[in-house]
Amino acid sequence: MTEAVLTPGADLPESSGTTQAAGGFSLARGLNALREEMDAPVASFFSSCVHCGLCATACPFFVETGDPKYTPIHKLEPMRILWEQEFTFWGKLKGVLREKLPLDKLGLDKHFAGKQVTDEMLAEWEPLLYDSCTMCGRCSMVCPVGNDIQYMIRKAREGQVASGHSPEGLVAASVRAVNTGSPMGLKWKTLDVQIRHVEQSTGLEVPIDKQGADYLVLLSSMEIINFPEYLEALTKIFAHAGVSWTLSQQCFEATNAGIQIGSKDIAAVLVQRVVDAAEALDVKNVISPECGHAYTAIRWEGPNAIKRAYPFKVFHIIEVLDQLRADGRIKTEGREDDRLSLHDPCNLARKSGVIQQQRNLMDLVAENFVDLKEHGKMQWCCGAGGGVSSNERAEALKLAAFKKKKAQIEEVEPDRMVTMCATCRTQLEEGLEEFTMDIPVIGLTELIADHLVESDEGTHA
Amino acid sequence: MTAVEFLMLTKGPLFQAALAVFALGVLVRLVEILALGRAHNYAAPRGSAALGGLRTMYKRFEPDPGTFKAAPFDVVVGMVWHIGFIVALLLFIPHVELIKSTFGIAWPALPNPVVDAITAITILGLLAALVHRLAHPVKRFLSTPEDYLIWGVTFLVMITGYLAYHRLINPYPLALGIHILAAEIFLVVLPFTKLTHMFTAFVARYYNGATFGRKGVQS
Repeated sequence: MTEAVLTPGADLPESSGTTQAAGGFSLARGLNALREEMDAPVASFFSSCVHCGLCATACPFFVETGDPKYTPIHKLEPMRILWEQEFTFWGKLKGVLREKLPLDKLGLDKHFAGKQVTDEMLAEWEPLLYDSCTMCGRCSMVCPVGNDIQYMIRKAREGQVASGHSPEGLVAASVRAVNTGSPMGLKWKTLDVQIRHVEQSTGLEVPIDKQGADYLVLLSSMEIINFPEYLEALTKIFAHAGVSWTLSQQCFEATNAGIQIGSKDIAAVLVQRVVDAAEALDVKNVISPECGHAYTAIRWEGPNAIKRAYPFKVFHIIEVLDQLRADGRIKTEGREDDRLSLHDPCNLARKSGVIQQQRNLMDLVAENFVDLKEHGKMQWCCGAGGGVSSNERAEALKLAAFKKKKAQIEEVEPDRMVTMCATCRTQLEEGLEEFTMDIPVIGLTELIADHLVESDEGTHA
Repeated sequence: MTAVEFLMLTKGPLFQAALAVFALGVLVRLVEILALGRAHNYAAPRGSAALGGLRTMYKRFEPDPGTFKAAPFDVVVGMVWHIGFIVALLLFIPHVELIKSTFGIAWPALPNPVVDAITAITILGLLAALVHRLAHPVKRFLSTPEDYLIWGVTFLVMITGYLAYHRLINPYPLALGIHILAAEIFLVVLPFTKLTHMFTAFVARYYNGATFGRKGVQS
């Protein structure tokens, strides 16, 4: 079923009157996908929106461009129209009236015609749903009537994929993820080389395919390519704390392009690989790497994608490190004395409740830590998540949205930034460089590893 | 039709009809929302969905500091006229009497001059909200005829009540009849428009809070 999901003309049967009936994608399939996504929360959200526009004030894409079309709730207009027409009494009644009454003769057809969701409309909304939204969920936190807008964006993207209106960059990443196991087309061979390097430089073993290990460690391709220091740091920390862990040759990729692009089918395929690998090695826990969306993908969406609960637990690496800290299994020495601040990845903090853990770890190794003013569940997105970084077309908007983060960083003037997501980290590094701000960005796992007490003795709890 | 006959009509059959449309309409709207249900969630929870939902139902009355800073006018004016509307609706002596005679339940009312002042503030708040909607780029961009319609029916109830109380329309039975008619229009329009947010916002807040609460975040 791999390419079927994204390749026009593939297996899925579809009959009804479509505008592109010959292809695998069509307006009809898109609308059906949207219909499937309608649930009680969505209906309550659309019923409640009074167009106050406060969600715009929470969105970095609106705040930094000032363009009203980037108002979060507006990004859902096609889905709202479909909901109103087909899922409300009044909408259905209007539909019947349109059919039964001679409205054209009365000159009333205009008033009853209503907007229709067309292919053109979905095409027009594609950049709104993908390029200008990272699904960071900040709008969901401020809406006075309680609309979870991010929840609906995720759903609306299902309709975009099924109708063939999703960005090329994300389609390509999804196809690569399905075909090669990595959205960047990375193979085990590449990782294997890196493992050898880590083993050489640390003198430690990187366990591979260890049956019955406590933790299966997953990585993200971006991390493997951009931040090889993560694997080294993790290897050191786990050796230090005496953690039983392993990598799996069967599946090393934690990220899920299906969830970013908005395809339940692809998401399920990718999550299933993680589950298969974990079950094959009979591990008790799976660790998602320093990556925000991989964590929400595996931790929260994964079980629903494959429609069953896991026989193992899922943790973000930061949760594991904080637990090791709490258990006294991490012994550190020395503290950074420059001014450090923290960027909370949206997916980790606001969307997953991992907020205190990274601060506990910072306390362990930082003398001079300062939080950004709005942080934790109210943090501002870096501007690159939710598939924006895989979507070349969104490059300019991605940089525009970063300006909000930049302003936050300027407020507290740190010497360095710390984060725990490879996408955020890349965005922070690129953005800060773009604005010629000399603020290095480091991963929290590395920072912890830098302060481990050299001797192993007495560290096992 | 005399003014008194008009008043009797609005107090009698029209009121009954409006109440019926309102009650049935709101019921249909709530049922059509809730009947859609939610998919089963297989992910192991970090926190309580139900508790998170209940807390968010209340919490969204308090704007977060960042939103207040970004849009102080929206927050203040919005709160002022919403509270004013509810106070005038539920704590004005004749309204309490009406509720008592219709539903058999009663509570203490506020003195007339207090409700009068609150009504005046609410009317000004509504006018300010309209000007803001017309002037603010995001609000103007989002607004549809429905947004202006619901503003209109809300304003109509408030202004007719104010005019009747101050005897600015004569004879009085006509003034009162017009106010009651305005309230009936409000009740009839409510289920078909986003005025339903009066009820559905609590459903929305619950779902929002439950989704976040399950993940251990208080939204």
